[in-house]
Amino acid sequence: MSKDIITIIKENVIQGRKTQDDIGIDDSLAETPGVVELTQQALERNISTQVIITEGLTAGMQVVGEKYSTKEYFIPDMLASAEAVGAAMDILKPVLELASVETKGKFAIATVKGDIHDIGKNIVAILLKGAGYEVHDLGTDVPTEKLVEFVKEEQPGYLGLSALLTTTMIEMGVVIKALEENKLRSSVKVLIGGAAVSEEFAEEIGADAYCVDGFQAVKVLERFEIAKVKRKRG
Amino acid sequence: MPREGILVDKPYERLTKEQVELIHQVSMQILTDPGLISFNREAVDILHGHGAAVEPIAGDHQSWQVKIPEQLVLNALDNAPKTVKLGARNPGNTLIMHGDEPRVYFITGSETNIWLDVDFPAYVNKDDPTREIRVPEFKPRRGTVDDLCQSAHVCEHLDMVDGYIRTVNIQDRDITEENKDVNKFFASLNNNTKHFMSGLTSLKQLNNVVRMAELIAGGKKALEDNPIISFITCLVKSPLQFVEDTTDTFIEVCRRELPVAVSSSPQAGTTAPIKEAGIMAQINAEVLAGITLGQLVKPGTPVLYGSVPVRARMDTLSDSYGSVETSQYNIDCAQMARFYGIPNYSTSGVCDTKIPGQQSSIERLFSDIVVAMSGPQYLHCAFGLLDCNSVFCLLQAVLDDAHFKMIKFFLRQPRIDQPEMEAALKQMRAVVATPQKLYISYIRPVLRSGEISGIYPFEGSGEKDDVFELAYEQMKDLLARPVEHIDRETTAKIFEEIPGLLPRLNVYERGS
Repeated sequence: MSKDIITIIKENVIQGRKTQDDIGIDDSLAETPGVVELTQQALERNISTQVIITEGLTAGMQVVGEKYSTKEYFIPDMLASAEAVGAAMDILKPVLELASVETKGKFAIATVKGDIHDIGKNIVAILLKGAGYEVHDLGTDVPTEKLVEFVKEEQPGYLGLSALLTTTMIEMGVVIKALEENKLRSSVKVLIGGAAVSEEFAEEIGADAYCVDGFQAVKVLERFEIAKVKRKRG
Repeated sequence: MPREGILVDKPYERLTKEQVELIHQVSMQILTDPGLISFNREAVDILHGHGAAVEPIAGDHQSWQVKIPEQLVLNALDNAPKTVKLGARNPGNTLIMHGDEPRVYFITGSETNIWLDVDFPAYVNKDDPTREIRVPEFKPRRGTVDDLCQSAHVCEHLDMVDGYIRTVNIQDRDITEENKDVNKFFASLNNNTKHFMSGLTSLKQLNNVVRMAELIAGGKKALEDNPIISFITCLVKSPLQFVEDTTDTFIEVCRRELPVAVSSSPQAGTTAPIKEAGIMAQINAEVLAGITLGQLVKPGTPVLYGSVPVRARMDTLSDSYGSVETSQYNIDCAQMARFYGIPNYSTSGVCDTKIPGQQSSIERLFSDIVVAMSGPQYLHCAFGLLDCNSVFCLLQAVLDDAHFKMIKFFLRQPRIDQPEMEAALKQMRAVVATPQKLYISYIRPVLRSGEISGIYPFEGSGEKDDVFELAYEQMKDLLARPVEHIDRETTAKIFEEIPGLLPRLNVYERGS
């Protein structure tokens, strides 16, 4: 029985159906429960969060990723699936906290001061949430002081900075300098992205990584997470 | 259900109503003064029998000056069907053309002598031998019946090809004037279930190809109901001459009441005046002369107003299909045909360049877009044609299909109405209330509905231009996909009854 509902969760993730109102890729699952309702049902049946996450949500996202790489799926499909997984993680979060299960890192994301462009930033936020990170979207045109304050108070493992304009990308360097001045730099990995920036620019300002898009951001964070685990074991 | 084509809601027209009237009036004057020179005796007799003034012309060749009175032309225009149906082996590929409706069908053609092979040899960088690139190389050769089979096969699978005009002249050693027609008809019809149009090499073969079509369609009456074949005849050679042999062919096709395109191809600067007014009045007169003759032979014969006007290249005086004026003439002709209510056989996409590449893309795309916008019903748009009308390249045909998808999408009518607006307002109200303020989740319901145009199918990866290689891969995929051949029993009958067919074209006897 538990296997069944997990399989159905996986199918719904693949179809990108957050709730029962969503149609999905085709109408084969129409009017049946979506990922949110199914996750709730799975918890009520005392199915372990680990099984729900690994065999349902993550396994579904893996298929979605494969379909995207073979061009069968497009970004809207990926985002729909990621949103569905993100919503499921919101349901699972209190249970995970109660069980003291260690989750993936906390990720703060913002468009830097002077820049109000946020399409890319929002997509990255959805994808990372769908990948299981606790995402804090701080918005657009965010002053450096506010970012430093957030890092100090909330201690995210990662800070993502976005900028579209060549005039505003320099703010990214300002943020990194401010983190150094406040002795916070070593506590947080800084990732940068946006049309104006590049790998070279990331090196120049001392960022930890440049991500060309949300998919690369997911991969980069996975690398950091693996390194973190290795450090702890080592 | 016939093929859909694309209905151009508001066709692009260059001519004012007054200019259309003027072209018509001057064409009428041309038909009486100077009239046409006819090298065909039967045409002279038919026209004379209905009131045309005829005078023999002194000279080596038998010829006559024919002056066609206006009323004869007007009567013919009344008799010519305003709706023409072109059938197909697969009835789902039928084309229905109304002269007053700018619904465009994209058709291949015309016939070329040269087939262009393509290969992708690898080249290694001299300074860095680890770097290798593949560069397309094109090799021209004489076309064969196998090439024609391949072309028909691929065009069967190209979504944008609505009908098939043979693209390559078959020049095998065992092809003669006597057996060319039957083999080109069979090779095309056996590998393609869309409508097939062709010219005839020898009038003697007309009965054989019509009989072949009857066998495929299911009998004489079935062919009348579903005319799976039609003909192109250039009976009028510019300027203003009825040609002896093609006029014979035209008369015989009309007698059988099979659909026929009355095609004229004047070249502005050599066989027509260099300026637009002159070539337009002349081509219109030439096409009307052909239509008039056809309707006198058999009133009600389905005819297409066939226009292949072209400007001369100033450096060689050959045809310049890539010139801007050529597109202007074709757009004008579409408007003239619509004025008469007769479906238009039009031309676009032929380029001056000899191989696929940037010039080819620019020239063909320019004329394909603007001429398609004018709403000709039967647009033979040069799928795969290069070097004016001399070279056919299958790879280019695959590339062309991709840009016709874009053109067809572009010509769709705008969807702006009350329900659409209400749905949009609902979305806006919902999205502005969300933290991310993105409409992306609303894309999915339309993503696979055909309402969003696709990415260019031959887009390369990164900064690499892979267009030719990707199109080549698709071409090979299409060739590997099976086609619905004529069934075994009908094929046997055709080979039994029709003389001259090459045994190697019988797919059921190969290897036995």
